Amino acid sequence: MADMILKKSALADFIKSLSGSYKVFTPSREGQEVKFASNQGKVLLDFQNTLLSPKDFFFPQSERMFEYSTDPAAADAFILKDIATEPEPRLVFGIRPCDARAFVILDRIFKNDQYTDSYWFARREATTLIGLGCQNPCPTCFCLSVGGGPFSEEGLDVLACDLGETLLFKPLTEKGQQALDKAEGLAEADDKTSQEAARIKEQAEAAISSRISTDKIDEKTVMELYEAPHWEVVQERCLNCGVCTFVCPTCHCFDIQDEVAGKVGDRIRNWDTCMSWLFTQHGSGHNPRADKTSRVRQRFMHKFKYIPMKRGGDIGCVGCGRCIMLCPVNIDVRDVVRDMNA
Amino acid sequence: MEERTKKIREIAKRLLSEGRVDVVLGYRAGTVPLKNAPYFARTPEEAENFIWDSHGRINLANFLPQRQDRVAVVAKGCDARNIVNHIVENQIKRDQVYIIGVPCQGMIDPGLVYEREGRLIEEAIEADGRLIVKGQGFETTMERTEVLRQNCRSCAYRNPPLYDELVTDPVPEQEGLDPYEDIKEFLTRPNSERFDYFEKLIEPCIRCYACRDACPLCYCAVCFVDEHMPQWLGKSIDPRDKMTFHILRAFHCAGRCTDCGACEAACPMNIKVRQFTRRLEMDVKELYGYEAGLSPDIQPPLTVYRPDDPQDFIK
Repeated sequence: MADMILKKSALADFIKSLSGSYKVFTPSREGQEVKFASNQGKVLLDFQNTLLSPKDFFFPQSERMFEYSTDPAAADAFILKDIATEPEPRLVFGIRPCDARAFVILDRIFKNDQYTDSYWFARREATTLIGLGCQNPCPTCFCLSVGGGPFSEEGLDVLACDLGETLLFKPLTEKGQQALDKAEGLAEADDKTSQEAARIKEQAEAAISSRISTDKIDEKTVMELYEAPHWEVVQERCLNCGVCTFVCPTCHCFDIQDEVAGKVGDRIRNWDTCMSWLFTQHGSGHNPRADKTSRVRQRFMHKFKYIPMKRGGDIGCVGCGRCIMLCPVNIDVRDVVRDMNA
Repeated sequence: MEERTKKIREIAKRLLSEGRVDVVLGYRAGTVPLKNAPYFARTPEEAENFIWDSHGRINLANFLPQRQDRVAVVAKGCDARNIVNHIVENQIKRDQVYIIGVPCQGMIDPGLVYEREGRLIEEAIEADGRLIVKGQGFETTMERTEVLRQNCRSCAYRNPPLYDELVTDPVPEQEGLDPYEDIKEFLTRPNSERFDYFEKLIEPCIRCYACRDACPLCYCAVCFVDEHMPQWLGKSIDPRDKMTFHILRAFHCAGRCTDCGACEAACPMNIKVRQFTRRLEMDVKELYGYEAGLSPDIQPPLTVYRPDDPQDFIK
């Protein structure tokens, strides 16, 4: 698999040539919001990251899983029927390496030795990801401290690098190579160009100013962290809203609900959030996370202790910084981790 | 700004060292530009962290309901009005709360700053009524007054109506403003157009409920959206469920809202949530001559019955 090069002036045609085989999504600006959209004339390259994480490509906020009839006279009354999902082939151009790494973390959560989440994986398999290396990281980015980097290749099928006049494409998987084979306007890159991309990568890594350490969290026991006094300080201003969890690329908790209209029922799964008391409310009335402290603690413990414990040390956060930017009361994950690691 | 910061620290230190209160609620600097953080100081040393800037958009009255301790709160006009609300609604006792009143010059809308700049702001500094924003390869200076929030531009209560101590002399109130001008125009449009407007407005809503959780009025032990026996509202992003949440929440605020804008400050999607509450406030003002939170001795109109009620449907 060879690195390929594309003139930026040919980018629109490149995208167009792929749209015969895939539904293509590219970054676009809508008002102040950057989001992925299909059928965009202009491909946005000058952006930091999308406002929301792109996890909804594979894990939509609301997803109909089954449908059923509630008509007692019907032969199939209350029998759950799969909603036929034949995901269309999609290609996402311009996804950031941090967000692609989040998918790898979620792959390992949506599949274990007993279950495979077919909804997640059906879409994952049908989607090709062309990442765009992050040349202007935000001051809130700390990907390098959690196992990633602005040019991390993990989870991507192709990694692109913006060289100014041209884009360099590095195929990483068979799926990525297939996409590049279908695209128009590409030429093989020479060694010099690949070296230039390596230089840009180094520059981008040096531009990440924000660092956190997690070494002591690994050494501490769960109970030591769990009973630490700093949670009381964080919880005091926490609103227990769902912003951090909803914008987070690795938060993945959901709630399954039945909704009935007339004689038809839908079983829907919706994003849920550990910040809500209702998330852990038991049928008995007992709530194991009845107070704000236990809820706000859960989110950080999950990402920085429980997931690493279960997944061979891999941290459940990719350092995208969205929660830092969007928390209404400025709870900064870097400060929380600093306290955990103290 | 600096004068207010200095005075807030001074008062907080005094209250804490004299044992007059257990905790002082104010703001400290944020870790990202154009944002500060609610801060709870319990020692005179911690009081050194307090600041006053143009980013105090989160209403600190929100942290008061059902508190058991003695608490001092840094409060601008709208926050103090919400403290009055809490006293009227028996969420906190008057003698339990010490109001450090701050005559307010308005808060900055980061959305407006970003609209002007259109690129990532990495640093924001305030000086002499100006805001200087910096990012990769740029530095822009703007007048504070040009990027104030809409609710601050039409605010008629910049000075706290209730306080124990003021940090500066009162600021002149803005007079002759009609905060409802746009709403009156909006009401001339056909119903369907108005409904479409609200549908479009909440399209980006992700139902994180940050607007509710940042709102001092939303202190119900169980919010109607979280009721589950029975469950009133669907949990999906169905537009009707979203709309039901926003409309019902707004109605629960009728005659109570101080237009503090905390809901908009908390919204990650930059939704103008106040569009739901402003019409209701206008109605309450016009029908009952009432504005929320001006005096702890006045009962809100929607909680009282009077035989001389001007409307005849109830007779």
